Amino acid sequence: MALDSNGKRVFKVVGTRPARPDGVDKVTGRALYGADVSAPGMLVGRILRSPHAHARIVSIDTSAAEAMQGVKAVITSRDFAVVEDASTRDVQVNCMADGKALYDGHAVAAVAATSAAVAKAALKAIKVIYEVLPHVTDVDAAMKAGSPVVQASRAVENVPKGFSENVTHHCEFGHGDVAAGFAKADKIVSRSFKTAATHQGYIEPHACLASMTSDGKADLWCCTQGQFNVRSLCASIMGMEASQLRVTASEIGGGFGGKTTVFIEPVALALSKKAGRPVKVVMTRDEVFKATGPTVSTSIDVKIGMTKDGRITAAEAHMRYSGGAFPCGTVDMGAMAGFAAYDLPAVRTYGWNALTNRPKEAAYRAPGAPQAIYAVESVVDELCQVLKLDPLDVRLLNAARKGTQSSYGPVFDDIGLVATLEAAKAHPHYHAPLGAGQARGLSCGFWFNFGGNTCVSLNVNTDGTVGVTEGNPDIGGSRASISLMAAEELGIPYDRIRTIIADTASLGHNDVTDGSRVTFSVGLATIKAAQDAIRKMCGRAAKIWGIDEEAVEWIDGAAVPAGPNAGKFPPMSLAEIAAVSFQTGGPIAGHHEFNADGAGVSFGVHLVDLEVDKETGATKILRYTVFQDAGKAVHPAYVEGQMQGGAVQGIGWALNEEYIYGADGRLQNAGFLDYRVPVASDLPMIDTVILEIPNPGHPYGVRGVGETPIVPPLAAISNGVSRATGVRMSELPMSPPRVLKAIMARG
Amino acid sequence: MLLWGSLRSFADGRAEVEVEASTFKEVLDRLAEAYPGLRPQIARGVSMALDGRVYREAWFAPIKPDSEVVLMPYMQGG
Repeated sequence: MALDSNGKRVFKVVGTRPARPDGVDKVTGRALYGADVSAPGMLVGRILRSPHAHARIVSIDTSAAEAMQGVKAVITSRDFAVVEDASTRDVQVNCMADGKALYDGHAVAAVAATSAAVAKAALKAIKVIYEVLPHVTDVDAAMKAGSPVVQASRAVENVPKGFSENVTHHCEFGHGDVAAGFAKADKIVSRSFKTAATHQGYIEPHACLASMTSDGKADLWCCTQGQFNVRSLCASIMGMEASQLRVTASEIGGGFGGKTTVFIEPVALALSKKAGRPVKVVMTRDEVFKATGPTVSTSIDVKIGMTKDGRITAAEAHMRYSGGAFPCGTVDMGAMAGFAAYDLPAVRTYGWNALTNRPKEAAYRAPGAPQAIYAVESVVDELCQVLKLDPLDVRLLNAARKGTQSSYGPVFDDIGLVATLEAAKAHPHYHAPLGAGQARGLSCGFWFNFGGNTCVSLNVNTDGTVGVTEGNPDIGGSRASISLMAAEELGIPYDRIRTIIADTASLGHNDVTDGSRVTFSVGLATIKAAQDAIRKMCGRAAKIWGIDEEAVEWIDGAAVPAGPNAGKFPPMSLAEIAAVSFQTGGPIAGHHEFNADGAGVSFGVHLVDLEVDKETGATKILRYTVFQDAGKAVHPAYVEGQMQGGAVQGIGWALNEEYIYGADGRLQNAGFLDYRVPVASDLPMIDTVILEIPNPGHPYGVRGVGETPIVPPLAAISNGVSRATGVRMSELPMSPPRVLKAIMARG
Repeated sequence: MLLWGSLRSFADGRAEVEVEASTFKEVLDRLAEAYPGLRPQIARGVSMALDGRVYREAWFAPIKPDSEVVLMPYMQGG
């Protein structure tokens, strides 16, 4: 088979479940996370934050703090460069307020001191005079004319006139004659939904160590999903050349999209620059909740028409998202994803983003999709109830498949939705009897997945082992998956390969670890880098044998003559070729860099059994099964882990998690005691069923898997709770008080 | 090629437009020439689906005469 062939293959290593390479370090405490890096002479950085939801900063007097013994630097927005690019400037202003505090917890100044106690005292000595302004935290209120304006003149050109200045973004997708479609329906259901902002809830707070020297060179160690993006943003915000800033990513204690940008890193760099010493900044949990990115909060109207036998005739949605105090395009993703699971003759989605006095949204697994699909799948379920139809059969009847024009435009290639639905229908879970007071909910889910800029080096060591250098932090098992794909391609055992994550000075640019892109893109680059090394090893063998390079091929980890005319030579293994590499031309390495495309979309179906305590409104999850088209599962245990993790985070989102603001616009629950994430005792074992419908855009058939699993739980659980209580739920989270209120209102 | 809905007001209200192009970059250039109102969106970033495969920023992605081309917002993930 040619090296670049995408033909069917029998895997020897890919698809196995070797021990994770980071396991020992993590269970013994040796792994270095963001807060674990230290440097001689290091100072403690602390950040002063606004106590107001919206306020003009009249003045900041730092003189008393600067005069304190042990204080080595105090900074405000004046200590950063002037940034032209609007998107980067938003990141900068989010890191340090400039003229206005836009939300409770917005940074206004920072100090570096010789101890935490001195830094804390210095923050108290900074005098900030605020002029408190009216605020708005609700997306619907923010869109109304006369609402307090969070930022003026930020709307892009496609926002029609007549809206509040808070409306910054508008989008529309779809095809077909929606009015004609609704006219054909036997039943139409329209319903409005709201979803609260939720946090990614990673256990590791943001942490970094910055060290800038007087010659303008800097090093930054931080927990991040993308060290190259950190470098780009920080270099712009600090007015530095990229080559002068080296960023090293630590191990990461969860990110889920929330660590794809910067919050404290430019602050630490500015403090280090001013103090002339290394500065470490570690966020408290309170700061993580108040000042890093939660999801968008949303308000969504959905209308779907259906015939009495279950065929959807038309669908429409209006989606209003708020990404906090800065412009945000996440509604694009929701408006495109909302109806993606369906083959629809007529569909239209309209999206809007409005500014509110909340922290700047950061991505959270499949950003924008869970909310949209929650609303759509709730209405589909309600139609099934009203028309007395089986909810799985209705989804199968209307399922998108190869050749379907998606609701966002392109025609689907090979996709796995039908196979996933059929697997769910055939599974014992779908047919298991329910107890009294119990109900079953289900939902489809979807995510696009994408590729992106990627660069990989692969070095063949003289002892026959191999090192792979990639540039994406391992947030979900990528080191194991990359090693598996390198082993598969090279034809050597997995344990002879070690994959490491490079700093920004050691490899070409790699996009952030997001979009479920790493196993697809970095894996593909690794395969190509391995093929590059194989070509070189075949060349070395050809030289040793005295035959043409074209007469050598690579089989099972060894160079062999290609056919009887090439000559009779015993296979020469990778180890044998590597051992004489110095004598045959020097070190052997493979490399590949590209902007990857061809990531395949991914669908999932979730089934949940639950019961609701009618006295308290509390929901208990009894059984949960995730079905997902993963493409080829490179390391099935990690794929299952992604599916289980997404389900658990979705359960939290559905039942308890929300940003709660008081009338004063301040966040009321900035801690894990009051922001309730699910714990093990809340959950049953999450069962998983992996479907492997190959992605035609990858030689091994790999798709991304990390984001789709968080999409279906919101609707699956809401549909279950609605069926258990007899009340159609339309707001998340379905916390016990909210469910109890709905039950009481039903009477 | 297909435009998403909110771009149509900058393309004489049309959902489908025709441009002479053989690569992603040529599509963007011809679109910007023919419909100057699309320039701000193109500058902010767009993706393009060619026969169902989504490209971000890939200037030289080739377009065949019978390719299905759909302009999409710049894709973001978490």
